[in-house]
Order: sequence, then structure tokens, then C-alpha cells
Amino acid sequence: MTEKERELLLLIEKEGRMSAEKLAKMLDLQLNEIKQMLHQLESRNVILGYSAIIDWTKAVGTEIVTAMIDVKVTPQRGRGFDEVAERIYRFNEVKACYLMSGTYDLSVVIEGRTMSEIANFVSEKLSTLESVISTTTHFRLKQYKHDGIIFVDEDGADPRIVVSP
Amino acid sequence: MTNVKNTHDVHLSKAVERIEPSGIRRFFDLASSMDNIISLGVGEPDYTTPWNVREASIHSLEKGLTSYTANAGLLELREAISVYMESRFQTAYDPEEEIIVTVGASEGLDIALRAVVDPGDEILVVEPCFVSYAPLVSLAGGVPIPVPTSMENNFQVNVEAIKERLTPKTKAIMLSFPNNPTGAVMGREELAKVAALVQEHDLVVFSDEIYAELSYDEEHVSTAALDGMWERTILISGFSKSFAMTGWRVGYVCAPAVYARAMLKIHQYAMMCASTMAQYAALEAMKNGRADMEEMVASYRQRRNYFVKSLREAGLSCHSPGGAFYAFPSIRSTGLTSEEFAEKLLIEQRVAVVPGHVFGDGGEGHVRCSYAASMKQLEEAVDRIAAFVKNYQN
Ligand SMILES: Cc1ncc(COP(=O)(O)O)c(C=O)c1O
Repeated sequence: MTEKERELLLLIEKEGRMSAEKLAKMLDLQLNEIKQMLHQLESRNVILGYSAIIDWTKAVGTEIVTAMIDVKVTPQRGRGFDEVAERIYRFNEVKACYLMSGTYDLSVVIEGRTMSEIANFVSEKLSTLESVISTTTHFRLKQYKHDGIIFVDEDGADPRIVVSP
Repeated sequence: MTNVKNTHDVHLSKAVERIEPSGIRRFFDLASSMDNIISLGVGEPDYTTPWNVREASIHSLEKGLTSYTANAGLLELREAISVYMESRFQTAYDPEEEIIVTVGASEGLDIALRAVVDPGDEILVVEPCFVSYAPLVSLAGGVPIPVPTSMENNFQVNVEAIKERLTPKTKAIMLSFPNNPTGAVMGREELAKVAALVQEHDLVVFSDEIYAELSYDEEHVSTAALDGMWERTILISGFSKSFAMTGWRVGYVCAPAVYARAMLKIHQYAMMCASTMAQYAALEAMKNGRADMEEMVASYRQRRNYFVKSLREAGLSCHSPGGAFYAFPSIRSTGLTSEEFAEKLLIEQRVAVVPGHVFGDGGEGHVRCSYAASMKQLEEAVDRIAAFVKNYQN
């Protein structure tokens, strides 16, 4: 990974929609160099996709419920946690799944339209898996910061005086 | 307001009567009378101070650390500055004898000049430069002698230009790289030529290195780190620019003990010490501020690249500024003076830039644009500048 590649990744991680022209100027590269770099990073699966960060609470009528579930499981001989993890992360409802150290094994993030949708998923799909020992469901009440983005409305006013030495 | 009749003659010092209010002031008044402007006229970061630094200051308040510190500043802070200067710029200073924490680099400049300048001494001031230098020299009783630099020469200090201005009264020279307003930096070789001349004529150097960290293409070279220069350099720096801490008013001077002791006398009587809460914040910045700072520097560099290229595409010739966060394009192709350009751009396109002549005569024909603004603001500003320039250039 070159320094320029790293810089490019940091930039588009913050704002994926920046045009190649703008990126080229900012990184002091030619347009075709940037395009090639992006293409390569995509084909090497370093860049896996481009998505928007949306505050759904503001999109009227589209409220979603998010829960984080701590899951304790029995690891399988030969495949450890991977097999049960796969059976869980393949579900569409699952937005994220991590193997954790500490008091439980898997941390699973679920999104649904209602609380009961999530409750159903947990009681019918998740808990019934053979290697799942227990689950603890936490509902998310408010999102303050997600993926480095602060969701609390700050007034974007620039407090600086207009002209200064 | 009632009009109280003045019953006594006004007595002002000659020194204060001699100096003019800053040229920036007039432009500030004009710009702040208008709405919806994009300001590229701001000489400070567009970041808020990183949170851990703010938090350290809050903590110091909670602990009730609200009394004076030592005159020279918290020893712990001076020690941290000492380690920082040596590891970053290869200039070693004894924290007990050679470093003073000041109320911004601004106070550092003032006490440095007052400690060295006698009435009538001539101080060479490399121009264009920060607006305070010449007035501070005058207030200290000295005579500022401008040494011009030009875009053709990448705003580097020319040794011949210094030589021409040397007289038996010349005592010191004021250098500032990376430079406000030009963004110019001096490389080791160029700086060494100036250093040789300075030694030959036994001058003191005031080196304002407050933008040292904001050097984008090469490592900053400190004047004090050059052979034979440490002894004769008073280095002025601070936290305002690189750590986004302008409002905290904390800076520092580093100098050989004879100079530091002299400066400390002035500082002790005029200031006692810098603000205690700000010193705790600065200490946190020194200890744990690198990552945030590097992120800000990377972002300024990207914006510099974007902005300078875009200015050129808009039809303004601009040298590549190696540091600080200013571009200083020539506006001669429009046939306007700096003042006219800045004023018309403000009124017609609502973009505030600073006319170059306020930074000294050498700045005429240029305007200072700060790119410490969001990418969104920069993009919009560039579009408006392009439209403006097109109107005047044909
Ligand atoms: C070259 C230069 N020196 C010193 C200062 C003042 O810095 P401080 O905020 O530390 O007083 C500035 C601020 O604009 C500057 O541009």
C-alpha cells in the first residue's frame, strides 16, 4: 500500500462521493492515476463498496429499530466459532457480526422495523440454533455517533471572525 | 451616548502615535458589514481545538488549578516543549533557563523585540510578513527596515537584498517561515546563505516558526538548528496554528539563557505568567496531540493542492506555497490593485480575501487567501473567484 493509496482511502472513507477530479487535485495526481488506483483497490477488495451514512430518525415514516445482541455459543470442533458465526451473519436482518473476547462470544447487530420483529428473530432464528447457549438483547435508544460521524445536530456556524491576521 | 467634554490635553506617546492601526482592520469592518460571505480571510485553523486538549483544561478547572504558575510557565510544560523542540527540529533548549511560556506567539514577539532593541536600532523585516512585526519593532523604539521578497523568487529571502539594507545601526533580522501571508518556506541551503551573512554581520535573528508543523513538501528547517545560529537566534512559536488553539493565547519563546533572562524580566512584570488553564491544555497538546495534529496537517495539504491548482485554472498565477495555510496569488492580470481586487471580489462575489499590501509594500499585486476552510467553501469560493477574474481579465 502506497502513502497515496492510504490517503485516498482515508478521504473516500469520510466521503465516498467525491469526484475523481476533486480527488486528483487534492492528492496532486493525474486524473487517470486516481481512476486506476480506485479501480485497483476495488478489484483487490480493499474498497468493498460505497455507501451513505443516513440519520433514519429524520427520514419521516422510516424509523428502524436496532438491537445489539450478546451471544454465547459452543464452538464446533475443527471450525471453532466460524461455522456458527456464518449461520448467523448470513441472515439479512443481521447488519454486523463480530467475534468478541470477554463474557460472551459473538456480538450481533440486528435491524428491524419494530421491536417485535427483532424479538421474533431472536426467539425463532437465533436462540434455536443448536450451538447457541444464550442471548442478551440490548435495544439501541439513541444514536450519538456512528462510524466516526456525530449524529447530534451541531449548528454548523463558523465561529471565526471574518478577517483576521 | 453622552458627550463628555475633554477637559485635559491628550497625551499619547510618540511611539504609539507613529504606528497605524492594522490594515486588516479596515477590511474586517467592511467584510463584517455584509452577510453570506465565504471567508478566505481568516488567519486561523477552521478546526476546533481537539477534544482531549479541551478536556484537559476542563479537568484542570475541576481540580481547582486556578492560581499563577511560575513566571516562565509550568515547568512540566517547558520540559515537554524542550523534548518536542529537540525531537522535531533538532534544537535543544534547557527548560529551566531557555524557554518561556508566553501569551501567544504575539507576546513572544513583543518581549523578544523589547529585550533586544534600543532606540534607533534598525531591524530588518522580511516582507510580506505578519502584520505585527513592523509595529512591534517601532513600539520597542526600533526602526523597521523592510526587506522585500517576490513571487519570481518564490518569496525566499535574497541575500543581496539584505546586504543592500545593512547599516552600522542594523541589529537584527526578523524571519518567518513558513510564512504568513505567502506560505513560502526556506530550505536548508537557502537559509544557510542568510545564516552566513547574519554571522558575518553579527546580527540577532528573531525567527517566528509558529507554522513549522504546517510544512507540506519537506521537513521544516529551524533557523536555530543551523551551524552557528543557536547562539544568536530567538525562536518564537506557539500552539495557535498547528494545534488549532488560537483562542487559548499560549505560545513560547526559546533562546540562549542571556536572552531568555532578559525576556523573562519583561514577561514577569507585564504578564506574570500565561493563563494557567491554557497551559494545562498546551501540556496535553504536547503530550498527546500528535495524531490529531497530523490529521489536520494532512487535510491542509490536500486542500492546498486543490485550492492552488484551482486558482491557477481560474487564471491567477500562484507560486506553490510550501507551508502555513495561505495562498498568495498574483492578481496583476486583472489590472486591479490588491485593495480594489479584494473589495470588488467581496462586493460582487461575496468572497473575503485580504489585500496583499497590508502585509507590507511587497504584498501589493497579491491577495492572501486562507485555505483553512471546508472543501465545500473552497469549491464555492473557487467558482466565484473564477467568474470574477474572467470578468476583469479579457
Ligand atoms: C507569523 C505569525 N506569527 C505569530 C502569530 C500570532 O500567533 P499567536 O496566536 O500565538 O499569538 C500569527 C498569527 O496569525 C502569525 O501568522
